[in-house]
Amino acid sequence: MTIADQVTGSPIAGTADAKSRTAAPAIALPAIGERELRLDLFRGLALWLIFIDHLPTSLLTWFTIRNYGFSDATEIFIFISGYTAAFVYGRAMLDSGFVIATARILRRVWQIYVAHVFLFTIFLAEISYVATSFENPLYTEEMGIMDFLKQPDVTIVQALLLRFRPVNMDVLPLYIVLMLALPVILWSMKWKPDVTLGLSVVLYAVTWEFDLYFSAYPNGFWAFNPLAWQLLFVFGAWCALGGARRMSRILASPVTMWIAIAYLVAAFYVTLTWYVPQLSHFMPKRIEQWMYPIDKTDLDVLRFTHFLALAVLTVRFLPRDWPGLKSPWLRPLIVCGQHSLEIFCLGVFLAFAGHFILAEVAGGPAMHALISLSGILIMWAMAWVISWYKRVADKSGSKTKNAVGNADMAGGG
Amino acid sequence: MKAKVLLSLILLCGGLAAPSARAEDAAPPAPAAPPACEVPSYLLTTDSQLHKVADVVKAGKPLEILVVGSRSTTIPSSEDSSYPARMQAILKEKLPPSEAVHVSVEIQSKKTAEETASTFVKLMDEKRPTLVIWQTGTVDAIRSIDPDEFRRAVTEGVAALQYAGADVVLMNLQYSPRTETMISVPPYLDNMRVVAQEHDIPLFDRFAIMRQWNDQGQFDLFSPSRGPELAKQVHDCLGRALAQFVIDAAHLGPAEQQN
Repeated sequence: MTIADQVTGSPIAGTADAKSRTAAPAIALPAIGERELRLDLFRGLALWLIFIDHLPTSLLTWFTIRNYGFSDATEIFIFISGYTAAFVYGRAMLDSGFVIATARILRRVWQIYVAHVFLFTIFLAEISYVATSFENPLYTEEMGIMDFLKQPDVTIVQALLLRFRPVNMDVLPLYIVLMLALPVILWSMKWKPDVTLGLSVVLYAVTWEFDLYFSAYPNGFWAFNPLAWQLLFVFGAWCALGGARRMSRILASPVTMWIAIAYLVAAFYVTLTWYVPQLSHFMPKRIEQWMYPIDKTDLDVLRFTHFLALAVLTVRFLPRDWPGLKSPWLRPLIVCGQHSLEIFCLGVFLAFAGHFILAEVAGGPAMHALISLSGILIMWAMAWVISWYKRVADKSGSKTKNAVGNADMAGGG
Repeated sequence: MKAKVLLSLILLCGGLAAPSARAEDAAPPAPAAPPACEVPSYLLTTDSQLHKVADVVKAGKPLEILVVGSRSTTIPSSEDSSYPARMQAILKEKLPPSEAVHVSVEIQSKKTAEETASTFVKLMDEKRPTLVIWQTGTVDAIRSIDPDEFRRAVTEGVAALQYAGADVVLMNLQYSPRTETMISVPPYLDNMRVVAQEHDIPLFDRFAIMRQWNDQGQFDLFSPSRGPELAKQVHDCLGRALAQFVIDAAHLGPAEQQN
């Protein structure tokens, strides 16, 4: 009856082949039907946190994880996306071969691209409105950002090329590039997963060493450098294709756990010094100089390890069969996580809309809290409607199409 | 609401009472600031010191301050109410009457940190200030300059200013909630903080201070008002905070002033 059951339950088609398949190549996929609710849960959580982080700061912002350590919701989102994408399209690649899997991945990329362009249109509408209605003399300088409206010919073409990306619209282009690379990643994983992960680490290191980046318009570079962030994506894929299972002994070891805890505590302390500067007296200058700046663009090692530490503890203390995952209280998060592309776009749109209401209608903490909460409720409701629609569509659709349709639902998106 | 009225009444009484107290005792806390200007002390605390400013004031020499900024340094058509002018007024009020304070302003609108820094050698030759307050970052954020390049430019600029013999205070961007969805500010804030830390110079956190005012409801920075009143009030408060910041960083508190 639950939505989660619905998503995992229907594909009976694949189970028989699953066993014969797992033996063949170097990678191992879990039997079909075992949907990882933990992934949905945390991706849903990441979506909510990204939404809240995109709103102006408020009381709720203090609940987002970026205030308690180095990494934030983006890491969770990209890792889980890599995991699910590899899970879904890796199976497609084993079933139907490289070409078909690539075609399906490209179809997904197209969907994400269209979603990005749609969001850009909304952004244009908002910024044009603000440009014509807002003339506070305090901010004449900041209004310089509107200059790009003077040459829409260039700006819009650059936006279509993913080179002009307004603030808060950086995640989808990153995701598009990562998905474009996915066929190669999967193909290589099928051959030797560990070597693929190794190559990914090498690319990451080379990016840092030689300062590689994607250029952006009008100048600068991509706010999330795909050459660095691919590490998290490939790591997610590697975990999905059997890496996690092979690591299970390391994950279960108490030493790992204590290292993770120690690291998280240290990171928390460092974060604390940003908000309580008095504490920075107790921070050795040398460590500070070595550590800062903690670079988000190139996925700083400190951020990556912080995410790893969080993941280690999560896997340890939240087992796959934890009964709470079926509880109705967590269902809103899980449903959102199951339709992440739609809900992500909705979240970006709601953040724009929230800004707009705060600016044009009324400000104040009460309004702010109301906007945050209703945004989350809208995301939940939308996810529920999509689930409901897919369930109905699946029932009426022919059984043969089921397997394909279902893979999309897990969607990597 | 009631509490607010009561509070402003108390503050008003305090403000009225202060001048009489000041006559014999030089130590009362900062007097007569409008209540809206309050800044939590941690936002005005810095470990870094302004030695040259301290020396000049103690020697009784005139204090020459140069504010290098951009369009947000001023208010269009009311320069006298902009924060450099307000800072000068407050400094004159707070420092010993014999102390000559002069603030000059160098506005380089639409220039990135790198472009501004390249003018410093010549600028310092002409003006020879004791203290340079360098406000930067906005243009770089609008043009989304590579934060690493931005950091290099600020580093070079600071080095040039110090080499020319001045104390330096860095000032970061304004908090501008309306354009928050359009301009990505955090990388520039972070990098300015890093440069300040590396060079052991004070950073005046204009962004955090203004955000504090907005969050506390002292100013509504979302306001679309076209009149200059809000800008004037904000600049007045910024000028006060900045003056206090300079006095604290140079350790020119009431006790020092008497010696």
